[in-house]
Amino acid sequence: MIDDDDGAAVFLIEARELQGAIERNLLDLSAAPGDRALIDALFRDIHTLKGSGAMFGHVDLAHFLHGFETAFEALRAPGRTASDALINVALRACDQITALLDDAAAARAGNASILEALDVALGGAAPAADPPADTSPAMPAAAPAEEGWRISFSLGPTALGLGVNVPALLAELTDLAPDAVRITCEAAALPALDALDPACPPFAWTVEIAAALDRARIDEVFLFLRDDLVLDVTPLSGPDAGSAPDRVPETPPQTVSAAPPGASADAPAEPVPGTATRQRERSTMRVATERLDEIMDRVGELVIAESRLHDLSMALQSPALMAVAEDIRRLTSGMRETTMSIRMLPIGNLFSRFRRLVHDLSDQLAKPIDFVTTGGETELDKTVIELLNDPLVHILRNAADHGIEDGTARTAVGKPRQGTITLSATHAGAEVHIRIRDDGRGLDAGKLRAKAIERGLLPANSQATGPELFRLIFEPGFSTAPAVTELSGRGVGMDVVRSVVQGLRGQIDVDSEPGHGTTVTLRLPLTLAITDGLLVEVGGERYSIPVAAVEECVELPPDLALGAGRSNFLNVRGDLVPFLRLAEVFETPGPRPDFQKVVIVAGSHGRIGLVVDRIVANAQTVIKQLSCIHAGLKAFSGATILGDGTVALILDVGHLIALGTAIEDRARKRKGAA
Amino acid sequence: MQAVTLTLSDEIFAIPTRILHEILEPVPVTRVPRAGSFATGLINVRGTVVPLTDLRVAFGMTSRPPDENTRMLVLDVPVAGAETTVAVIADRVLDVTELDDAAVGEIPEVGMRWPPEFLSGIARTDQGFVIVPDLARIYAAALSEDSADFSLEKDPSSCV
Repeated sequence: MIDDDDGAAVFLIEARELQGAIERNLLDLSAAPGDRALIDALFRDIHTLKGSGAMFGHVDLAHFLHGFETAFEALRAPGRTASDALINVALRACDQITALLDDAAAARAGNASILEALDVALGGAAPAADPPADTSPAMPAAAPAEEGWRISFSLGPTALGLGVNVPALLAELTDLAPDAVRITCEAAALPALDALDPACPPFAWTVEIAAALDRARIDEVFLFLRDDLVLDVTPLSGPDAGSAPDRVPETPPQTVSAAPPGASADAPAEPVPGTATRQRERSTMRVATERLDEIMDRVGELVIAESRLHDLSMALQSPALMAVAEDIRRLTSGMRETTMSIRMLPIGNLFSRFRRLVHDLSDQLAKPIDFVTTGGETELDKTVIELLNDPLVHILRNAADHGIEDGTARTAVGKPRQGTITLSATHAGAEVHIRIRDDGRGLDAGKLRAKAIERGLLPANSQATGPELFRLIFEPGFSTAPAVTELSGRGVGMDVVRSVVQGLRGQIDVDSEPGHGTTVTLRLPLTLAITDGLLVEVGGERYSIPVAAVEECVELPPDLALGAGRSNFLNVRGDLVPFLRLAEVFETPGPRPDFQKVVIVAGSHGRIGLVVDRIVANAQTVIKQLSCIHAGLKAFSGATILGDGTVALILDVGHLIALGTAIEDRARKRKGAA
Repeated sequence: MQAVTLTLSDEIFAIPTRILHEILEPVPVTRVPRAGSFATGLINVRGTVVPLTDLRVAFGMTSRPPDENTRMLVLDVPVAGAETTVAVIADRVLDVTELDDAAVGEIPEVGMRWPPEFLSGIARTDQGFVIVPDLARIYAAALSEDSADFSLEKDPSSCV
């Protein structure tokens, strides 16, 4: 048996997942109102949640879900489609599930009105409205049979695997009327011994209870077994009187359809996906995040210790030690990869949360908005994903509220009535780019500039345009000004977005075209904790450059070796690449060696060469954040501890590339002026 | 309060032991380019990267090269609202003593060589006058000072 406390906790986690799945399917259904597979999936999830809710004592939840299920039943009628109104009420019902899970006592009162609204939304076509409290003995179909009942049942092929205990089940039936029960085992379908699958229940059972009994009490026994169960309950008085076998009432016919054991069920697709899902779930396990963080910390320390071992083995030149060190290096590297991959999650989980947000916004603002997501399979560190929630909510809300025009205005300018917000994620080198695009009215550069000048963010004569100007919408306080930019207002400072993204060592780009919409791109590093670094040396000091950004390393041509006052461009196979002499930028004393190297780093926005004295090695780099005392130094994204125990700074490639772009701009302007 | 006393340029300073983590023999320091003279470097304290700061800079004293008495004190100081682990250089660590709070007197208004806003008080002990620095203020001031940034204007290689 499941430990009660653990079981209840697991139930809550699973219930929230199911609630999420129901919400997702409802949103899908709003796009494809007649999709049978979706409707079936919805029923399956509601049903599962009802069953396990009752099992863990969530009586209110089970009753509510029963009502939900019953009302929704009408949707299964052929040709029925889900109206928008219905979806909206159903989404409210979905919220009610969460409320009931959080605090059933407080939320209980809301049940009736939602169920009523569901009935109305279904246009009264709901089936004979069962009162929501069905699993209680008060249900209409629960009239006691005078003579008793004959119960014939057989279990589905997965029942034993799912933990159904047949003796316990029979005992439970016996307990209903201990003196008046006759159990018959029907072994007709029993296969030959060598064909017997021990995991598959081979028997069908008939239980006759010769006592006046509520039908509901029998149903209760089978409450959690429905999926593959073939169950016939007939009153003993007249086996032939009710010719149609009386099925479990609240379960839709498609799901329980009485397929004879072994024969192909008339809805084979139905139980199979459910079973498959369940089996997949069993091959995973839940681990507390703190434990993963702990592993990550340990791996970080391991990486540092490994590089010390490596340095030591190189110094001692003992073949045996070197062999061990090499093994440890390989293992550490594998360990690191695995640990990182455990923490990587597809961002799609986050995206799907926003579908509801946009759906609701569209409803509230009375603007038709289509929400498109792509790249949901893109993986990001779990911590990053969690932190991204709030910024994305702000951006999406602003896009819907201020970016997208209302339907009439859109039609007037010849755009489709329905606005589109696209949320996409892509990998770009060592970064993940998350892009939120709307096809609304775009940012008003003129107003934005005026406001920025008024607030002293730009000099009075500023002619700032483009990204430089748009970036100001993320200034603290800037967004609270009413009706300045499409991204302003609602009191949700976009500076929240900026601070979170900066905290993640990421960057924000804003692009906007008047009349055509706005694109906000969040550029985030792939991982937070460990990267591969290229260790370089400048004047005896060592710096680490993220390998993922390194394009190539070349020799600095002798004619450029002398330094300042000369061209700051390098000819790399015909392309001019701007470069920085790190020794100059870092004010490193001492002479330069004869043959300096150039490490060319690239990002989505350009590239730059970094002139160094020497390239030392590739090394795994455990990133340590710089304290706030050094946080102002944008050229460094952090520090790391090297094998010999000293600290090396990690160069912030994005910032350096921006410098490279600035150098190019300057050269272009100069050329233009000349 | 219990405090550790140390010397910087022949003046005696006192730092509460409450915020003291440990006292280290000098370890290798990694210079942080363009970080100014107050927080010039980083050191590795048992796997943690800690900024090394020089109070002598805050008090306008002349620095001197490390010798066999030089120590690094690892402290927890509130910087920008958050407890931050920092290290400070001491020319010599003297003692751990009990400073009577009453003995930590007012700061004399005249005759002060040091910026008064950086002092919590001055205590008189049998070793002489002891300066109790206001570390929170000192670090806040270091933060608000425009830390050298890598803008192109300051970048010597920008003369294209």
